[in-house]
Amino acid sequence: MSAVALRALTRRYGERTALAELTLSLETGQTLAVLGPNGAGKTTLLRLLATLLRPHDGELEVLGHRLPADGWLVRGRLGLLAHEPMLYRELTVRENLRLQAKLHGVAPARIEELLAAVALDRRGNEPLRTLSRGLVQRAAICRTLLHEPELLLLDEPYANLDPAARQIVEPLIGRSSGRTRVIVSHDPQAAVNEADLVLGLSRGRSVFIAAPAELDDGALARLYE
Amino acid sequence: MTRPASSTVVLALLRAQLRLELRTFESLPAMCLFSVTAFLLFHFGLDVDSLSGNLASGVLWVTLLLAALLAINRVYVADAEQGGFDAFVLSPAERSTLLLAKMLVLLIYLAVVELVAVPAFAILLLEPSLWQALPSMLGALVLGNLGIAVIGALVGALAVRTQARDLLGPLVSLPLLVPVLLGVARWTAPLFDAPRAGAVALRWPLVLALYDAIFGLIAFALFDFLLED
Repeated sequence: MSAVALRALTRRYGERTALAELTLSLETGQTLAVLGPNGAGKTTLLRLLATLLRPHDGELEVLGHRLPADGWLVRGRLGLLAHEPMLYRELTVRENLRLQAKLHGVAPARIEELLAAVALDRRGNEPLRTLSRGLVQRAAICRTLLHEPELLLLDEPYANLDPAARQIVEPLIGRSSGRTRVIVSHDPQAAVNEADLVLGLSRGRSVFIAAPAELDDGALARLYE
Repeated sequence: MTRPASSTVVLALLRAQLRLELRTFESLPAMCLFSVTAFLLFHFGLDVDSLSGNLASGVLWVTLLLAALLAINRVYVADAEQGGFDAFVLSPAERSTLLLAKMLVLLIYLAVVELVAVPAFAILLLEPSLWQALPSMLGALVLGNLGIAVIGALVGALAVRTQARDLLGPLVSLPLLVPVLLGVARWTAPLFDAPRAGAVALRWPLVLALYDAIFGLIAFALFDFLLED
């Protein structure tokens, strides 16, 4: 079953086309790596999948529901880890997660479970603004996973994380999590290594959609030229 | 997909917003200070220490309304700047719960400001005794605050998603708040007459209640679209 299906998906910002006629399909449990230079449309694609943007043309289906019409049926089943942590700086990590738990109807026990999993339980009562970027990223990962989403939309998920922290969060958001994932990354080789499908974008257009084994040696280099 | 209970979501959003205010003090002190300063300016600018009737009522409500604009402009700022909007939209919660929570926040802010501003007004400017007017004034405060909160929660959401939010908030709010101002000012004017002019006409409380109800319905109907892309 397709977790994500796009047909000629197009999104514009005013006169500028951010994403043009993109067509692809991602099966449940698979990982899609989205690569491309700055301004290629990667974040736009994630925000369209997350229901935060509406497509201007084409069809978009996420977890079996047409968007934007059935958006509310999808929200709560997906988790978006974006550039911004989507957490309030003046609230503590626990206060932020408690608020998110209420919004998603999640039991408070899940908060402690996740804080322990990302080794943030001892710092959970500190305001977000006092934490380092790496710790904020861990808190954002907790927010993303709080409601056990089926589809993970990850924009630079390992940003600001040191190697030890990457190992800590890997079981939660990495391939071993078993979830369907769409990963945007500026580290092409690392993204390709954990992907089932690789999408190369340039100026909003698809340059290639292929399995990692099908990518020729120069494909990634040419994408960033 | 089941949605969390709306009452739980509203309370959680309200609690978070009040915590943010208690930690940053971005709105309430400014609102209180503005109100008291405005009364001082009227006191010295008009060179009077006793106002009554229409003038007293107008001075009180225009000041409270302008103080409310400070909060209307700020009430969604943390959500817009720190991703709270997106996090909320990504949840399965009813979108109108955010409107309701922000209305309650504005109501609480206004009530706190009035605890400071109304006594300051009575000391600096009001000729008749506040104690005589207060019981009848409470109804005007409740319905007036409700009108400001409904309009403020709606317009604040509209303005905060634009680049010119500091300008757009007051520009859109003020015309919409004119009927509220008219209702409360006319309602309380007889209460501030010296000597007291007698009973308050029922017309203004009814006008105010009707406007609050109509605008409340409009706000709930429009709010979902304001959160859309």
